[in-house]
Amino acid sequence: MRIRKLATTAMAGFLLLAASACGGDGGSGDGPAAQSGAPKTLTYWASNQGPSLEADQEILKPELDRFKKETGIEVKVEVVPWADLLNRILAATTSGQGPDVLNIGNTWSASLQATGAFVPFDDALLGKLGGKERFLGPSLAATGAQGQPPAAIPIYGMTYGLMYNKKMFADAGIDGPPKTWDEFIETGKKLTKDGKWGLAVEGASVTENAHHAFIFGQQHGADPFDASGKPQFDSDKQVAATKQFLDLMAVHKIVNPSNAEYGNGTQAVQDFTSGKAGMLMWQSIASSAKAAGMGEDEYGVAPIPLPDPAQGGKQVNGMVAGINLAIFKSSRNQDAAVEFAKFMTSKQTQQNLNKAYGSLPTVNDAYDDPAFQTEHIKAFQQILATTAAPLPQVPEESQYETLVGTAMNELFADVASGKPVSEAQIKAKLTEANEKMLAGS
Amino acid sequence: MVASTTPRPGARRGSGSPEGGPPRSGGRGPGRVAALIPVRLRRLGLPYLLILPAIVLELLIHVVPMLVGMWMSFLKLTQFFVRNWSAAPSAGLANYEIAVDFDSAVGSSLLRSFVVTVAFTVLAVGLCWLLGTAAAVLMQGSFRGRGVLRTLFLTPYALPAYAGVITWSFMFQRDSGLVNHILVEQSGLLDERPFWLIGGNSFVALLVTYVWRVWPFAFLVLMAGVQNISDDLYEASAIDGAGWWRQLRSITLPMLRPVNQVVVLVLFLWTFNDFNTPYVLFGKSAPEEADLISIHIYQSSFVTWNFGSGSAMSVLLLLFLLLVTAVYLVATSRRRTRA
Amino acid sequence: MREPRWLPWARWIVLGSLSLFTLLPLYVMATTSIKPLGDVQGDFHWIPTTISLQPFADIWRTVPLAHYFANSLIVASIAAVASVTIAIFAAYAISRYRFPGRKVFSVTVLSTQMFPGILFLLPLFMIFVNLGNTIGVELYGSRTGLIITYLTFSLPFSIWMLVGYFDSIPTALDEAAQVDGSGPVGALLRVVIPAAMPGIVAVTIYAFMTAWAEVLFASVMTDESTRTLAVGLQGYSTQNDVYWNQLMAASLVVSVPVVAGFLLLQRYLVQGLTAGAVK
Repeated sequence: MRIRKLATTAMAGFLLLAASACGGDGGSGDGPAAQSGAPKTLTYWASNQGPSLEADQEILKPELDRFKKETGIEVKVEVVPWADLLNRILAATTSGQGPDVLNIGNTWSASLQATGAFVPFDDALLGKLGGKERFLGPSLAATGAQGQPPAAIPIYGMTYGLMYNKKMFADAGIDGPPKTWDEFIETGKKLTKDGKWGLAVEGASVTENAHHAFIFGQQHGADPFDASGKPQFDSDKQVAATKQFLDLMAVHKIVNPSNAEYGNGTQAVQDFTSGKAGMLMWQSIASSAKAAGMGEDEYGVAPIPLPDPAQGGKQVNGMVAGINLAIFKSSRNQDAAVEFAKFMTSKQTQQNLNKAYGSLPTVNDAYDDPAFQTEHIKAFQQILATTAAPLPQVPEESQYETLVGTAMNELFADVASGKPVSEAQIKAKLTEANEKMLAGS
Repeated sequence: MVASTTPRPGARRGSGSPEGGPPRSGGRGPGRVAALIPVRLRRLGLPYLLILPAIVLELLIHVVPMLVGMWMSFLKLTQFFVRNWSAAPSAGLANYEIAVDFDSAVGSSLLRSFVVTVAFTVLAVGLCWLLGTAAAVLMQGSFRGRGVLRTLFLTPYALPAYAGVITWSFMFQRDSGLVNHILVEQSGLLDERPFWLIGGNSFVALLVTYVWRVWPFAFLVLMAGVQNISDDLYEASAIDGAGWWRQLRSITLPMLRPVNQVVVLVLFLWTFNDFNTPYVLFGKSAPEEADLISIHIYQSSFVTWNFGSGSAMSVLLLLFLLLVTAVYLVATSRRRTRA
Repeated sequence: MREPRWLPWARWIVLGSLSLFTLLPLYVMATTSIKPLGDVQGDFHWIPTTISLQPFADIWRTVPLAHYFANSLIVASIAAVASVTIAIFAAYAISRYRFPGRKVFSVTVLSTQMFPGILFLLPLFMIFVNLGNTIGVELYGSRTGLIITYLTFSLPFSIWMLVGYFDSIPTALDEAAQVDGSGPVGALLRVVIPAAMPGIVAVTIYAFMTAWAEVLFASVMTDESTRTLAVGLQGYSTQNDVYWNQLMAASLVVSVPVVAGFLLLQRYLVQGLTAGAVK
């Protein structure tokens, strides 16, 4: 009896709340008109690009000061660590209470676009930023689903390269960066001695693993989704690609098994900059190397070896990585937000910030600065322009990264603890990821 | 065996037993309730007024969100609808069907996580209880250093969970951790440095960390329980010639039974729902060997943005806990009345 | 009690092993916090080769620890005090009055302990957001929201324990006070609360600890300005490097208030449990 009474009371409360919830959605969710004379303060979530959150604050501050001087708009910036960023965006999307402007990983563009929380950059809006043509092609391609206006605009361009420690190469009698996969393994073996290793990987990082699974998958001709958008994570080609990557630790033993424990996105870089590993497949490490006291001339940047074209597959050795800038629809300062987007993609800001982060400007006119004519930058630029492929721009992309990356984490754990990992086991793990993707969609 | 050991002084008017507590000998008839009706009528409302703040907060933070969560479990709440979830289409029972379809990848990994959690809970609760009882019993009576030991034992429980767990995660590092330093370098028990935070050993790492953190709670409560046992009982049995073992078996342990009933239940619920330990120890994706159910559900909803499915799994978890708790309370209470 | 001869041995073996088990992480935490970063990254050493207090200076700069500290202090203190106040009233009602709904209330409150946090995390988040949007009470991202959440977490245990404690206080005392002209609330304030002080202190410590250590809700419900220590501490491992020495130093620093409070007041905790919950 009493239980029922309680349930009735609770139900009444619940209905009341649900009603107010629906009311709330209608009222605040859609298109707040840009107010003229709105408060001239913007909130901005920046992603963690530098060696620490504080370093990011310091790098951004002079630019934001300049923005205030030019427009009178003050920007309150919060640097959000990568581990939190997606969750925070999700919370902001759900609640409609978020920043005005924010950075997103460009691979999430289509996923976040699907929530409808971001202002689409249609031609009119892009026109205000100087038009579509100003932007670097590959970077602009990674801003949302095809055929829809971009959900965000690129601000920092990045891709994967092979960093190598010049001194360690010289000591081991290696002339230069490996050109083919066989040479790469050979080089790794030469470097692996006296407690030093050929290559450092981030074996417990979902994101890094997913990116590598994608890059090597492309080399084997595997696509994560088929033409109709159905996941096919467990194709034979993808299995072969995954094995190729895992074998660096399992078979060729050029990766320290301890790397299977690395998961916070800094430890592999740390191994490289401290000379514990001779090579690293990574995006720009300029600011981390600087913080660790490794000079720019102490390491080289080369393309990750491409497969033999005769094997088939695609000539891909990088993914179009980078950071995009998006504007929340719920922002009450739409005009100021657009103003800020314009500022962040302006020639001067692009030059200053990309220089500081060692990333690539995403607008063509910024490249006249000699800072972007260095060997490292040119190498990255070359890879991005010719042999980098964007991750699938589909709404399910973030789940794809999570599921495939997690499967790879588990495989690395098996490899590291000495368990033999066969193609059948790889296939089983990827099939599980695939099924979960299907169940979720 | 009578559960209440120290007779409570004074009148018992209106005193209630804690839930699951012993049956009370004091009268509770309608006459007593009638005697309670106060002189001034407005007092009738007083108890309600007193519990009102608690009710409002419990409704706001626990009950209503739980009901909303149940409602969500019937929705297809994916990234397309998080912004405006009143528009999310109904999923019917689909979220539940996927969760309990153990042939599918989602269902089988939920089942695996469930099995891991059950094994973890049984071992963790067992160990915490065993250590807590051993320490409480052995620290009965007074001896030198007792106060120091008590303080030391309680420290892990007083430490914020994350601080203790972070320290363990450092100790479990493969190359720079203390555990491998002892096992490999110092004792030479193992030739190869094992991994503790990934792969099969992660279960052990999780268990050790959790037991370290939580056994002091069992110790604390059991110690209080032991202190409550009247010395007269021991003296009487000593006159009868009972030795230490017999006193332990016929006085201490039976007298602790009501305390044990509560301690084991509380430990069970905490352990089964534990999120902090694996989350801090392994980060967002726990190795599958240590994939406790809370972190598994967190992954299924937050990381993969499928809140309907995550809610359905949470509801199943709640139903399971309700069932176990009910069975447990009925079983232990019956045993006690028989005893 | 007659002890068998082997008992002292068994006692020292068991208690000794437990002490070692308990001490080991505490030792690691303390020694690591005074090692330079370089010494922490290589093989483990029992005794620090170089002692450096630098980590204790650095922790405040690497992440805004002082800010998180202040947030945690505000949230945990207010939550503890509010939780105990509400629990006292509720426990008094349950202990001293029989009224329809009493049992339902007790059972419901206690059974909330069973709810998996993960089940109501997202709904609670939505409710907070909607309360903000509809009636203008900003709970999401605010300290108030966190305080309300945390105080509710410790409420069931607090009520349960205080009911036990109040039950052990003779009602004759209240009656005497009421004869003196105090109402029931006066009796509560003047007689019951002072008599139940150990129980109240115990419950306050528990509520404070609960709020101080909570991770899951803090990670979703806070933003940069309201972030608490539980979430903020992760900042040390997402930097350029994993600053284990700073992490340990920070863990030590954030543990001090709770551990000190707990250990100073543990006497009350045991007393409170003895008289209340465990009776």
